[in-house]
Amino acid sequence: MEQKLRTIFAESLEIPEERVKDELEYNTLPEWDSISHMSLIAAIEDSFDIMLDTEDVIDMSSFGKAKEIVAKYGA
Amino acid sequence: MLLKDRIVWVTGASGGIGRSTALKLASEGATLILAGRQEERLHAVAEEIRASGASACTVFAYDVSNQEEVQQTFKEAAAKYGRLDGMVNNAGILEESLLSTLKHDHLQRVFSVNVFGTLYHMQMASRLMMRKKQGSIVNISSIIGSSGKEGLSVYGASKAAVNGAVKSAAKELAPFGIRVNAVAPGFIATDMTGKLKEDIYRMRMGSIKMKRAGLPEEVADTVLYLLSDLSKYVTGQTIGVDGGMVE
Repeated sequence: MEQKLRTIFAESLEIPEERVKDELEYNTLPEWDSISHMSLIAAIEDSFDIMLDTEDVIDMSSFGKAKEIVAKYGA
Repeated sequence: MLLKDRIVWVTGASGGIGRSTALKLASEGATLILAGRQEERLHAVAEEIRASGASACTVFAYDVSNQEEVQQTFKEAAAKYGRLDGMVNNAGILEESLLSTLKHDHLQRVFSVNVFGTLYHMQMASRLMMRKKQGSIVNISSIIGSSGKEGLSVYGASKAAVNGAVKSAAKELAPFGIRVNAVAPGFIATDMTGKLKEDIYRMRMGSIKMKRAGLPEEVADTVLYLLSDLSKYVTGQTIGVDGGMVE
């Protein structure tokens, strides 16, 4: 799941996969703004075939946090 | 067919404008999700659609003003269809009250359905539409939201709120290929308008230049236009369907 999620992050934010680490945080790079955040959420939901709770959409503030959240949905 | 293979969600689909819209969209090839509180009536509409030989449809009975129920229903729909192409926020309540007799319960009831319910559905629908970077959201507003009417301050405020939400959401969602518009019916012959007091009804008819009430099917035609590719460069608009109402 982690590698799949890393690829989604890299493709959605248009950054190299090497930059996608647990510490990667929302709004700390120009590529991860509010618009790309929603693209990212859509890509995660589509790829893992899940629909996140609104709270989880808001809480997804880093790659590390995203791993925890997606795991919660059994993906 | 203008909506072939498209999945469209319609709230308040059990009667009036909602039912007519559902029948119209189904006849244009849409696969429908019929939503609302009145399960039996929704199934009757679904049966009507099936009998017409149109596409299949699914019924979801829930309270459109309850955010948790809305989210849960969207999860079920996402699991079933995986995408959404159109959202028609038609569920609404019309109650009149003069300002001097206005009660909190009345405000709460009207805003819960007309504003909160619409926004909950816009939120969840847009998230599903983002997956394919396309979609069209159509909110059923009202001429009262822009022109006002005695006794309808709360209803008018709720519809003005819907028009405002359309403007902002259209800008926010355009980068995702999602269009957001509203249809503002004037005086349409439905069960809801049939509950108006006689004097208000007469006053309303006197202000229509076409000298007749509109038909739910005539509103449905405009909803169809906004959902289809015929309007692919139209977003952030509120289109009146009012027979030339003068105020």
